[in-house]
Amino acid sequence: MAPPLLELEGVEAQYGAIKALHGVSLAVGEGDVVALLGANGAGKTTTLRAVSGTVRRTGQISFAGRPLDRSTPEAVARAGIAHVPEGRGTFGELTVRENLRLGAWTRRGRVRGEEDSVLARFPALADRARQPAGTLSGGEQQMLALARALMARPRLLMLDEPSLGLAPLVVASIFTILRGLNEEEGLAVLLVEQNATLALEAASTAYVLETGRVAVQGPAGELRADESLRRSYLGY
Amino acid sequence: MSRRLALHAAWFVPGALVVAFLPRFISSYHALEWARVGFYFVALLGLNVLTGYSGQISLGHGAFMAIGGYTSAILIAHHGMRDVWTIPLAGLVAGGVGLAFGLPALRLRGLYLALATFGVAVAFPALVQKFDHFTGGSAGLVLTLHPNDWLYYLTWAIAGAGLVLGWLVLATPIGRSFRALRDSEVAAVSSGISPALYKTLAFGISAFYAGIAGALVAISGAYVTPQTFPISLSLFLVVGMAVGGIGSLPGSVVGAILIQFLPTYASHLSEQAPQVIEGAILVGVMLLLPGGAAGLLRLVQSSRQP
Amino acid sequence: MTEFSQQVVSGLASGGIYASLALAVVIVYRSSGVINFAQGEMATFATFLAWTFLHHGISYWPAFALTLAIAFAGGVALERVVIRPVEGRPVLTVVILTIGLLILVNGATQWIWGGATRKFPSPFSTRPVHVGSAAFSIQDLGIVGVSLASVALLTLFFRFTKLGLGLRAAAVNPEESRLVGVRVGWMLALGWGLAAALGAVSGMMVAPVVFLDPNMMQGVLLYAFAAAVLGGLASPVGAVVGGLALGVVLNLLGTYVSTFGGQMRLVGGLGVILAVLLIRPTGLFGRTAVRRV
Repeated sequence: MAPPLLELEGVEAQYGAIKALHGVSLAVGEGDVVALLGANGAGKTTTLRAVSGTVRRTGQISFAGRPLDRSTPEAVARAGIAHVPEGRGTFGELTVRENLRLGAWTRRGRVRGEEDSVLARFPALADRARQPAGTLSGGEQQMLALARALMARPRLLMLDEPSLGLAPLVVASIFTILRGLNEEEGLAVLLVEQNATLALEAASTAYVLETGRVAVQGPAGELRADESLRRSYLGY
Repeated sequence: MSRRLALHAAWFVPGALVVAFLPRFISSYHALEWARVGFYFVALLGLNVLTGYSGQISLGHGAFMAIGGYTSAILIAHHGMRDVWTIPLAGLVAGGVGLAFGLPALRLRGLYLALATFGVAVAFPALVQKFDHFTGGSAGLVLTLHPNDWLYYLTWAIAGAGLVLGWLVLATPIGRSFRALRDSEVAAVSSGISPALYKTLAFGISAFYAGIAGALVAISGAYVTPQTFPISLSLFLVVGMAVGGIGSLPGSVVGAILIQFLPTYASHLSEQAPQVIEGAILVGVMLLLPGGAAGLLRLVQSSRQP
Repeated sequence: MTEFSQQVVSGLASGGIYASLALAVVIVYRSSGVINFAQGEMATFATFLAWTFLHHGISYWPAFALTLAIAFAGGVALERVVIRPVEGRPVLTVVILTIGLLILVNGATQWIWGGATRKFPSPFSTRPVHVGSAAFSIQDLGIVGVSLASVALLTLFFRFTKLGLGLRAAAVNPEESRLVGVRVGWMLALGWGLAAALGAVSGMMVAPVVFLDPNMMQGVLLYAFAAAVLGGLASPVGAVVGGLALGVVLNLLGTYVSTFGGQMRLVGGLGVILAVLLIRPTGLFGRTAVRRV
């Protein structure tokens, strides 16, 4: 049993005086898709922020065997984790191509060819390569955020609410791409999603958070099948 | 409130006594130096009302001092008025200009206001020279006055009155409105405070004080030229305010002492040392102790309490 | 007409100087959200350094380059040591801090070099060049050339290099930039370094004309602020266009309207600042930008 790629142990986090996480422990294995579910305010986004270092946190976080709990966001990115935050985090004033180039910031050497191959995966973006990212539609921006994250050749992709505000068709194509990336490249994904059905279909393992703690965890299939569990924690 | 009042009175009474009896122990020359401390103190009182209390930055307050100083000088040189009576008039003229400036200043926030007032500081000497019909241009105006100890007493009497007046105003609803505006304009507006009125008023009051200070400066010297109120004056006022503690009326004394005496003592090192030291002090204070001397005192006081 | 075109070119030269310093102000503002009131004094200090190099026999362009390098390093160091600690503090604190820097640097300049006015050489000859019946000073043309060249180099840097991209990203979205791995702090420092270098260019261009003295850049700073505000504080293009336009307009005003000679141009600069801030605060090229913190 290989050690997990990402491991959190007893992680606590706070915004100023308000504590948001009260000891979260979870693991993402190499090449796994893990879903992080729960109601609003349960701490899902905060958990991702704790990993990427954009919130004050304590506890143990390790990635590929090395500790991450004291790292700055820049160092986390260099370690091979790509965090796509809520609201996409694209640079509206920069063009699509420039956004992609930025995504490759931590990589050395030539990345020119990369831009084109990544764009090939997202044809809608290829058409708009020279447009400012701010002029793209919501769905296109989400794809851009994803494409930018890929430019870094991460080992772990953390996605925060990719389906938010997007039409079902668009969401479906995004998840198809995600599945492709996971299967072809072995990209591990930690997925925060309000849309539990979607998340449970895509993931192999799921954690359900409630007020800053892990309430339920297990294989996604089991969670999908257990009706009472679904109803009490996920509302359907 | 009465506890604070008692605390302030505890400083004020001995302070007033020291001020009152000081000239008996020092020479006339030194008395004049301490009078100058008084001038800066009055100007800083005004600046603190503006910045510390209504939250508006002014990097050009020397201009208001210049307006007051030149008003006084013109009245004395061209109209033969007795110097003492020019002081309140100078204050009123400067205050009027301040009110007039306060109105458009309403539309400027933070950095923009800083930029605009910096521009005033830099451009004002040019204006003074331009209107040389009034101001005597670069040669300035000559005043045949003989300042002596009475100037010291007059200055500190005015300063004391200004301080008390300032306290009183700030203790009234006007002062509370100022503080409310400074802390959160949105909240203040929603409780019915009109920013336009109070911010403009703050500008007027602070200019009034500066004008009086300027008049005193004019009276203390033999002449008034554009060099009497240079750009550096505006900047040193900011230094004095920040080092004394922004918004602290008593802190203005510390600031005034710094502005007056640092050049005298530090110039032993070299002619330019005072400036370097003042700049360094200001940078240091902003980095380490943004509350200035008053903030330091508060720290000391609060660490004494259990 | 001849007189007019001569004054326009002369105005463009002044404008180029304002534009360089204005661009410096805007770069700092865009990256750190701060107006550096000491930008002019830093430029003066750098120009005095250049004078020292020239005085010791180093020829012009090497001295120029050396000064730029030192100014750059100084700007980077300043950001890391003095500005970084006050990141996020109230506007007032930072404004007063840069005022303190202004006083400090000006004092240091006077302390090291004394207050006497000196001559500063220009790399361009003062001979005129004749186009038709008009005579243009080579020096003026040279100043315009150098200013535009610096701006062009900077534009290339921002658009086509990785560092330039990183700086732009850090200026606009520091949080998202961190997620991508950009060391935002160093990007800000880079911005200050570039601004200091630009200021040095501005200083070395203006010194031959107004003679080198410690207070040389105070007026220029005012015009730079006016240009930056005119163009829109967050717009680099605006700063350059604003600077050139301001130079031309002030020069023409000074020539044709007698009230505006000499020192009164400062009042003109103040007038521009007040007019723009009161009528259209976002300037010609600015948008009502929402600064993401």
